Amino acid sequence: MNTVALLSAAKDGILTGSVYALMATGLTLIFGVMDIINIAQGILVILGAYLSYALQVHWHIDLFVGLLITIPAMFVVGIVIERLFIGRLKGPERTAMSILVTYAVSLLIEGGLNMVFSVNDVQLQGWYVTRSFAIGQVHFGYIYVAGFILAGVLLGALYFMLYRTRFGMSVRASLADQTSAALVGIDVKRVSTITFGVGIAVTAAGGMIYGATNAFNASSSYDLISRLLTIIVLGGMGSLGGAMFAGILMVFVGDMVGVIWSPVWSSLSYFVVLVLVLLWRPQGLFGKQSARIA
Amino acid sequence: MLQKKNLWWLVAFGALGLFPVLVTNPTYTTIGVFTIIFMACATSWNMFSGYSGYIALGSAVFYGSGAYTMALLSIHLHMAAGSELFALVPVGGLVAMVMAVPIGWIALRVRRHTFVVITIAVFFIFQLSAINFGFTGGTSGLNLPFITWGFQNYNTPFYYVGLGLTIFVTLVSALVRRSRFGLQLLAIRDDEDRAMGLGVKVTAVKITGFTMSAFTVGAAGALYAMFVGQIYPQFVFDPMFDVSIALMAFLGGLGTLSGPLLGALILEASQQYLTVTYSNGSLYLILFGALFLVVIIFMPQGIVTFIRDRVSRRAERERAAVAANDAPPSPTTPVEGVAVGGTH
Repeated sequence: MNTVALLSAAKDGILTGSVYALMATGLTLIFGVMDIINIAQGILVILGAYLSYALQVHWHIDLFVGLLITIPAMFVVGIVIERLFIGRLKGPERTAMSILVTYAVSLLIEGGLNMVFSVNDVQLQGWYVTRSFAIGQVHFGYIYVAGFILAGVLLGALYFMLYRTRFGMSVRASLADQTSAALVGIDVKRVSTITFGVGIAVTAAGGMIYGATNAFNASSSYDLISRLLTIIVLGGMGSLGGAMFAGILMVFVGDMVGVIWSPVWSSLSYFVVLVLVLLWRPQGLFGKQSARIA
Repeated sequence: MLQKKNLWWLVAFGALGLFPVLVTNPTYTTIGVFTIIFMACATSWNMFSGYSGYIALGSAVFYGSGAYTMALLSIHLHMAAGSELFALVPVGGLVAMVMAVPIGWIALRVRRHTFVVITIAVFFIFQLSAINFGFTGGTSGLNLPFITWGFQNYNTPFYYVGLGLTIFVTLVSALVRRSRFGLQLLAIRDDEDRAMGLGVKVTAVKITGFTMSAFTVGAAGALYAMFVGQIYPQFVFDPMFDVSIALMAFLGGLGTLSGPLLGALILEASQQYLTVTYSNGSLYLILFGALFLVVIIFMPQGIVTFIRDRVSRRAERERAAVAANDAPPSPTTPVEGVAVGGTH
């Protein structure tokens, strides 16, 4: 194995992995606060990508400028989904039901996207999409670097919101224990709704980078959601740092497997890593092992 | 009471048995074969996931394993293309059970939420392996021996074998429900820690249930492979399959005996019908998703439980009404009480 391949895999792991980490953070945040597994996260990433695509094709708005529109738009989409469907789920089977409800939502969106945009693959365009620069023998695509910076900025903003604001404190309190949070006067329902919106809003940015680095259509969401779920379980469900680490690890391992054996095995490697890690740590890398888990 | 209930079951299965006699149009009997296959799978899924509360979204692993067992054995053993192939249907089920033991051992080390995701991950391992390994034929799939019996009655034998599987799994499911083992599964669903505290060997019970439920799904996969004649990784390891059978069980009533059968009958038949009639995939996705949401929001307990609650509530009301009529009139009725109060 040569050093350049190793360095390239490490670079991809960090650059692309951070974008996956951003999308997965939304998912793990929603799970941690609400006990909701949002299967629709995959299709919402694609919806975010298509929003950027529509802005680009119809109004010639640059991808990064477009985020100023798509991020708030996806936030609203998240709030609407939470208000219409998720908030109605009650009872002990809530988490299991949430999988089915969000899957149904995802089918609705998939059908809608197929009708509006057809099933042909598209990719987002921009001068930075096709160009790259090199350090030594390792090539850096501008879009990947931009994606990394964007993910870093948004994760930083998310971190700031969670750890430095009063609202973030209520989110973390709800993460730790919903009942106690409600007892100290936190409006858990409102926190849940906003958290869901925030968790979905990040898909706009993730989707834009995904759409610029991959050709996609609505059915790309299956591949995405399986990766995102793998990342949050590997990191430990509900753990924000875990999602970050697992996102980078996944892409790194996938790339290494691609270099050493063959690219056809790289997507398989995510799932094998997941199964192996769970044999050793059933709660995931950074998950908390609590005494009673539903 | 029990007699009357059993009679209903006989009538229902009798009607299913008469279907190919009454309906001869191959378009509809094909829909019938797919529907009966899904009825068997949904019931089998419910026997573990419905009773234990561990929602598995990777049953296509067993379906695909059964299908590939059928295809690979029939090809490599050079089997004659006739009803002998039906002998491989239970073999497909057994292979699926063998697969289920290590998968269950790994996936059931964690609790419910994570279990769901691991079953999805295992599913993708199988799908990607089927695409990438050589012996499965990759994305070009495998062709089974071409069945020789005539076109006109082609569907009928498949339908009855499928019906046999459905009856078999319904009986097993009913027996499990009444057994000590079934009660242990239900105890796990209600409170796993307490069940463990009361001496239920939870891990052994869960793995056993998981393995048992794999059999019929594998056998159904083998039957499917024989029925369609060629298999592709993306159709036998289909994520829609995983979610569809879960949805069928939820629609009918999770953990009930008749729920998954009813759910599969409604969903699969309507799906096949819509596909045949409209052949618009996107419209179908929207209709399916919308139906799904309506059911979960308005009947979260499923159709069977919903109707049962209504019936028992009405019976209760009638009983209350009868009791009220029989009872002697109370000395002071509320109306008089109000009137008295008004004179003050």
